[in-house]
Amino acid sequence: MSGESRAVSGVTRATLAKDIRLEWRSKDAINSMLFFALLVVVVFAFSFDPTAEESRQIAGGLVWVAFLFAAVVALNQTWAREIRNQVLDAYRVSPAPPNSLFMAKALGNFLFVAILECLMTPLFIVFYKLRALGPGWQLVPVAALGTWALVVNGTFFAAMSLRTRSREIMLPLLLFPISIPALLAMVEATTIILSGDGRARFWIVLLATYDVVFTTASLALFEKILDAE
Amino acid sequence: MKKVFPIFAVLTAGLLSYALYQALVAAPTEQTMGDVQRIFYYHVPSAWTAFLLFSINFVASVWYLIRRNTAADIVALVTAEVGVVFCTVVLVTGPLWARPVWGIWWTWDIRLTSTLVLWLIYVSYLLLRRFSTSGQTPVLAAALAVFGALDVPLVYFSIWFFRTQHPQPVIGGGGSIDPRMLHVLLINWLAFLCFAFLVCWSRYRLERLQRDVEETQALEALLDPRSSVR
Amino acid sequence: MKFLYAAYAATWLIHITYLLTVARRYARLKREIQDLKRDLR
Repeated sequence: MSGESRAVSGVTRATLAKDIRLEWRSKDAINSMLFFALLVVVVFAFSFDPTAEESRQIAGGLVWVAFLFAAVVALNQTWAREIRNQVLDAYRVSPAPPNSLFMAKALGNFLFVAILECLMTPLFIVFYKLRALGPGWQLVPVAALGTWALVVNGTFFAAMSLRTRSREIMLPLLLFPISIPALLAMVEATTIILSGDGRARFWIVLLATYDVVFTTASLALFEKILDAE
Repeated sequence: MKKVFPIFAVLTAGLLSYALYQALVAAPTEQTMGDVQRIFYYHVPSAWTAFLLFSINFVASVWYLIRRNTAADIVALVTAEVGVVFCTVVLVTGPLWARPVWGIWWTWDIRLTSTLVLWLIYVSYLLLRRFSTSGQTPVLAAALAVFGALDVPLVYFSIWFFRTQHPQPVIGGGGSIDPRMLHVLLINWLAFLCFAFLVCWSRYRLERLQRDVEETQALEALLDPRSSVR
Repeated sequence: MKFLYAAYAATWLIHITYLLTVARRYARLKREIQDLKRDLR
């Protein structure tokens, strides 16, 4: 059993390292996405006047909608390289467990979206003069759990959308409805922490539960999805 | 089997008419809301029926993932479609009830909001089925249905807690219900359940027929001596 | 009350619309079956 799990994590790490290396070398996805993230923040700043009192109250929601857009753009190209080079067929016949492929992709996406968030957050703070009136450190678990919630389902649905017409629109179509509880939790928790008004504990627990449920479901069903393509 | 359908259809029509009469005329008028409250007799049974259909969809999807049984796949498709229809009814009658009573078209009422999210999830399910070009669409759809079903309790809890933080009007009233009203409600639910069963049955037969025809067309294309597929 | 009748009417409108789409698909299918029967003769 330990041999098997070592094999899984080995393949995961190898795949993840390969993806990071490829991205770093080509930098095409990174650059366009960085610019996209910046654009999103600026457009939001123009659309929702940062000086208005109401805007500061909904800043929690604004931030997460912006992160959501960035995540969708990142997720859409999750499997692009694999499709271009017909790598998926190779994975299917290899003895490597499909779960490790999934985890590698999901972790890679998580890393990627987290980097985008780290870049967008200071901009939001500057534009909206954000200040955490509540326990600011809680924003870290909220961001981590929330991002994972979007990424784990997003990676799974990206795989499901591979053989569909209008692939790029199918991913958000599938992702958004299922993510509603997680989105609600992220936004509420962030707003509570920023305004210092109430306790975010319930929402954080809900996010953690959501993450556990859907990570398990994705790992359990990924093999069937991979075979289905 | 074929003869049962028309008989059952006539009985259902009769039951629906009786239920309609009960709802519009026989049921007592509600004290605070007046006659508008009678929307309740269509709104609530539609919601219950939709939830039941989606539960069947979940069971059928899991069954398909385990057994790869075509019948299960068709049941999943059919219950999703008819479930969405009933959900639409809930989402239309809800605001029509809310508007005269509370002056607003929408409220984060837990039943209404959960129904909206369910509607979104199952519409995305139907879109996946329609746009998927994979030969294994049923597997993908079944996986999505499992995800949707897992999401339901999370949706419910998140909205429930949201409402405790941001109090909203409750459509349908809390509290206990007059037994005469409960009686009318249950009659309407029974009538709609029979109706849903009939619709699902018809849709099932249509889908079965459709798949048989497609299979035959595919075979014909292969065996056609005039075709260039050789 | 207008809203009451609108709600009941809307309910049946939605159901009837769905049933009509089912019926239309069924009619189209019957035509295809006729075509198949002709071709296979």
